[in-house]
Amino acid sequence: MSERQYKTVHFTLNGKPTERNVDVRASLTDMLRNDYRMTSVKKGCEVGECGACTVIINGEAFDSCIYLAVWAEGKEITTLEGLLGPNGELSDIQEAFVEETAIQCGFCSPGFILSAWEILNTGKEYTDDELRKLLSGHLCRCTGYENIFRAVKKTMLRRLGKYEEAEKVNDAGIVDTDERKPFASLDPTVQA
Amino acid sequence: MYDIKALYEAESVQDACRLLTEHPEAQVIAGGSDVLVQVREGKRAGKELVSIYMLDELRGISIDKDENVRIGSLTSFSNITKNPIIQEKIGVLGEAVNMIGGPQVRAIGTIGGNTCNGVTSADSASTLHAWEAIIEITGPDGVRYDKIKDFYIKAGTVDLNLGEIQTAILIPKESYENCFGHYIKYGKRNALEIANIGCSVNVRLSKDKKTFDRVRIAYGVAGPVPMRAPSAEAFINGKAVTEENIEQFGKEVLNDINPRESWRGGKKFREHMAVVMAQRALRESIRKAGGEVR
Repeated sequence: MSERQYKTVHFTLNGKPTERNVDVRASLTDMLRNDYRMTSVKKGCEVGECGACTVIINGEAFDSCIYLAVWAEGKEITTLEGLLGPNGELSDIQEAFVEETAIQCGFCSPGFILSAWEILNTGKEYTDDELRKLLSGHLCRCTGYENIFRAVKKTMLRRLGKYEEAEKVNDAGIVDTDERKPFASLDPTVQA
Repeated sequence: MYDIKALYEAESVQDACRLLTEHPEAQVIAGGSDVLVQVREGKRAGKELVSIYMLDELRGISIDKDENVRIGSLTSFSNITKNPIIQEKIGVLGEAVNMIGGPQVRAIGTIGGNTCNGVTSADSASTLHAWEAIIEITGPDGVRYDKIKDFYIKAGTVDLNLGEIQTAILIPKESYENCFGHYIKYGKRNALEIANIGCSVNVRLSKDKKTFDRVRIAYGVAGPVPMRAPSAEAFINGKAVTEENIEQFGKEVLNDINPRESWRGGKKFREHMAVVMAQRALRESIRKAGGEVR
């Protein structure tokens, strides 16, 4: 490139209006990490496959790695940093990730949590299949996904006021309604 | 940083046409889920880009004065799936584009980009062929329309001349009224997968729902460009809704398609899949149309 080309973009980042002069070649990931130190936005595959760079733009999850920084003009962008409370408190979905050990190396977590945030903000109750599809834009090489799925499902149920059901979500991610003890038929103290 | 020589941002459709005429080597970028990935891979590195992404006038779905369903070319896949007009009139299109990539890709990917790539595996392409979509193209000299089958010229090449961009996709009323369709995508994975073969069928049944009034079928990856299966359609139109006819409909497809041998799947395998998918998609379309197979 003979001459560098810059453009000023105005947008809202985690609720605060801001503007920056950016190189037009920058991806949104580049701008958020380098100019704003939003290091929750991870650089993974950089071709829109792994979901580690996910951010919320106008309420919808996008891969920021395949989004030009100049397209941020006029948008409302939320990164994981924007989910924290005023004193740095974790949001409900972040708490659930901790509780369920839905994190190991942590590289996929910010992206997963933001997709979960979009899903939960719809206020709908999804089936397990729907939830899995909605979470399918992220790769995780540590957890095997089950703990992540459980964290999202439990938070969904809690937000819908279904606290008892949420507590009954078992290791397989299913609401366990079976009141019997395991191997009940072999247990002489349990009446058939 | 992307390896981009220069980025020109269009401020209007006319401005986009002007920029493309002034920079004949430039590549149009809509959502960028293909173009930016190709820049990263090096295939399109160091090139000039004309971005039309900020042109909000090319977004949205409406019914125009001729009762066509009009889909702005920059409408994202996720917005197509969620749109009530699509759900009511052409539900299968919303279902087909809901199988592309993953959720974030569907938020950025546009239907215009999906068709302008000229790729046979595009999940929207077979359904748009099966519903005989009309492509609206705007250039420096005004607007012209193309049937979708004429829009696809060969693999990777579509009917866009210098300075032209696709501005909308129209589905005529005659094409969607009383029609019900189903799309099947075959791939090894459920998400982030390119179709190994894709099949879109739609059906309009007679009033008593016992006869096939009109059946249309189109494939992705059954040839270098998305294609209809005219002999299968000719066979079934006017016939009774019976299992026997459905079976034969599938077999007729083999007179029309020409899938290739590739690392994603063999020719024989794709042919077998094409037959089975035609039958299954037809059965499901009949069910959606409220019909019953005798």
